[in-house]
Amino acid sequence: MGRYRTVTDIQDNRLESLCWQPTTIRKPTVGKGFADSASTGATQTGAQIIVRSLIKHGVDVVFGYPGGQVLDIYDELYQHSGQIRHVTTAHEQGAAHAADGYARATGKVGVVIATSGPGATNLVTGIATAYLDSIPQVVITGNVDTALLGKDSFQEIDIFGITIPITKHNYIVKDVADLPGTLAEAFAIASSARPGPVLIDVPRDVQTAVCAVPLPEPFGNAASGEKPPTEAFCPAALQRAADLIAACERPYIYCGGGVLSAGAGKQVLAFAEHIDAGIGCSMMGLTAIPASHPCNLGMTGMHGREASIRAQAQADVVIAIGVRFSDRATGNNAHYTAGKSFIHIDIDPAEIDKNVGVDAALAGEIPAALGHLMGRLPVVRRAAWQKRLAALRADEDGHTPSTSRLDARLLIREVRARTDDDTFVVTDVGQHQMWVAQNYRFEKPRRFLTSGGLGTMGFGLGAAIGACLGASLTTRARPKKTVLFTGDGSFGMNLNEMATAVAQRLPIVVIVMNNGVLGMVRQWQTLFFGGRYSQTTLGRATDFAALARAFGAEGRRVEDPKSLAAALDTAFAATGPYLIDCIIDPDDQVLPMIPPGGTAGDMLLG
Amino acid sequence: MSEQRIIIGALVNNHFGVLMRITELFTKRCYNIDSLEVGVTDDPALSRMTIVATGDAHTEVQIVQQLSKLHDVRRAAIIPVERASVREHMLIKLKVGANTNAALMAMINSYGAKVIDFSADTLTAEVTGAPEGNDAFIEASRDYGILEVCRAGVQALHCGTECL
Repeated sequence: MGRYRTVTDIQDNRLESLCWQPTTIRKPTVGKGFADSASTGATQTGAQIIVRSLIKHGVDVVFGYPGGQVLDIYDELYQHSGQIRHVTTAHEQGAAHAADGYARATGKVGVVIATSGPGATNLVTGIATAYLDSIPQVVITGNVDTALLGKDSFQEIDIFGITIPITKHNYIVKDVADLPGTLAEAFAIASSARPGPVLIDVPRDVQTAVCAVPLPEPFGNAASGEKPPTEAFCPAALQRAADLIAACERPYIYCGGGVLSAGAGKQVLAFAEHIDAGIGCSMMGLTAIPASHPCNLGMTGMHGREASIRAQAQADVVIAIGVRFSDRATGNNAHYTAGKSFIHIDIDPAEIDKNVGVDAALAGEIPAALGHLMGRLPVVRRAAWQKRLAALRADEDGHTPSTSRLDARLLIREVRARTDDDTFVVTDVGQHQMWVAQNYRFEKPRRFLTSGGLGTMGFGLGAAIGACLGASLTTRARPKKTVLFTGDGSFGMNLNEMATAVAQRLPIVVIVMNNGVLGMVRQWQTLFFGGRYSQTTLGRATDFAALARAFGAEGRRVEDPKSLAAALDTAFAATGPYLIDCIIDPDDQVLPMIPPGGTAGDMLLG
Repeated sequence: MSEQRIIIGALVNNHFGVLMRITELFTKRCYNIDSLEVGVTDDPALSRMTIVATGDAHTEVQIVQQLSKLHDVRRAAIIPVERASVREHMLIKLKVGANTNAALMAMINSYGAKVIDFSADTLTAEVTGAPEGNDAFIEASRDYGILEVCRAGVQALHCGTECL
């Protein structure tokens, strides 16, 4: 390992061959040096700066839990309760998931407030969930006085250090004069380019200190003086991508969560129609394309739809848009990439070549990249490829079993019959999540809220609360009916948030797919561990319906498919949270399944 | 792809936590770090880092891209070793024997090193040069008896008008 990389090596490397431009990374800097250059305004406390900044950034609801080191912020929230609604959750993790669900549903930044120490550490799983799925979130934590920092004071923890790996950026603010710029910068970072969570830790004495620094204009506002960036793609990379598509016969678009963040579903569809490609979606990108659109082959990956996986395997060019080639989406990398070319379009240049080496890379805004490509390509029809895609779809439909007993497909079909295309559908993590991803027909973007990257069991109920409030506040109408599909394992993790759903009177229909086991792990134990069910048979006697009633919600248990329709009718007519505990078979499996590290050829079918 | 050493130059915001952020990135992404050197620049708002890392050609691109993504990193790039001035500063404390002084001083002089501390039984030499030269100095010193070594990490600037 002695030798240093030489000029020749470096000129030969991928940066050059991909025409990657380091300068395309945009970093908002509204906060930098702001305190020095700004004219002085009226004196305000740190807590006032925080709450007024939230209002200035259009925040209408925050999720949190009060405590000793955020009392001053809560006092300001009390005085601004007409402008900001605060939702107190049962646990800080629930607040973080609620802010996450709010952001996924609305596209706006979700805001969380928690106190120091355990308040802050309870947020960690929620922040990590948002980080892995690139969800915009601003987290404000209190901390002990600056003079007490580093002394292991009561409820002191280094949440700044703890959250470095799971935030897009984070701060500890020790001077109140830095607070206005930091808040504006935090919102800008959280919501720009590839979104993500940003944490601001504010010691208590900084909340009470005063300064006369005015609040900067939110980033992106005309008044902020920031110019929107102009995209400059490398012409050679654009040409290479266009040439690959022009020469191909079987194009396949792999559409991910980045398409949703960019609001670019329509452009992806237009592009697909232009080049006559099939589209498969990652789980995070599932709602970017309407399920009913003829180009849409459905979810790809480990539990993807058969037609989508086979189409990817047969394609000669894959155009990956807003994806990061997760191992759950690609399976065996060598087989996944064999015999085909890859074009990667993503806002984050660091995703280029990270998991899958590509032949052409366009790092930047998705609509701009697709616009450039369409400008270079004629409209084509590929009759042979479309015929093959149609055959794959027809094969897949042949596998659909009819359901006369209570199972996931029946539950999903009956729920779908009672919702409209606008209904937000939230899941926890496990078999029920995959069944919903495979079978629920989503027609509008952002309607499917699920923890993709981190796979956080216990995400669902908090996220459903956030989504329900987000949908309701946005339309200024009656709270919108929101559906949570969960399992008995996942629901058991954070069911305390039923208290929050009741307190906020949210019309959330909770469908517990209760099989008495940790179903997804059990499925792996069945398939790969010789049926040795180590610790996945729960043996609990929890009566979820009675528990819902104890929380002040309504609930009922359904075991017979004949009583399902009536139960669902009642649940969807309820004005508050309603739980249906649905008993399903512990040996129902999620199929198709590509075993971990496997290929399309290894697919297990039902 | 073979593993090689690369030198990365980075201009970073000079404030609290930046060093931790960068070392954490290396830990999180499983990149091997050989040395990291940091100091404030002529602009007090900016620090300059020189990082020596080991990896294949794929990893080195990833390191630069992931570093560039951090909000506190204003600029990061690979510095090709033969287009750069590369130096490492080292302090080394050696045992001094009654009859080794002449040979030892000859060696110190031949490396262009300076003696900056002297006692009856020890001397401390300051050596500045290419890291390989410092490696060689250490090897040549072993016969005299090395008491302590303190290396500062590699520093690098592009040759000529090119800047980071």
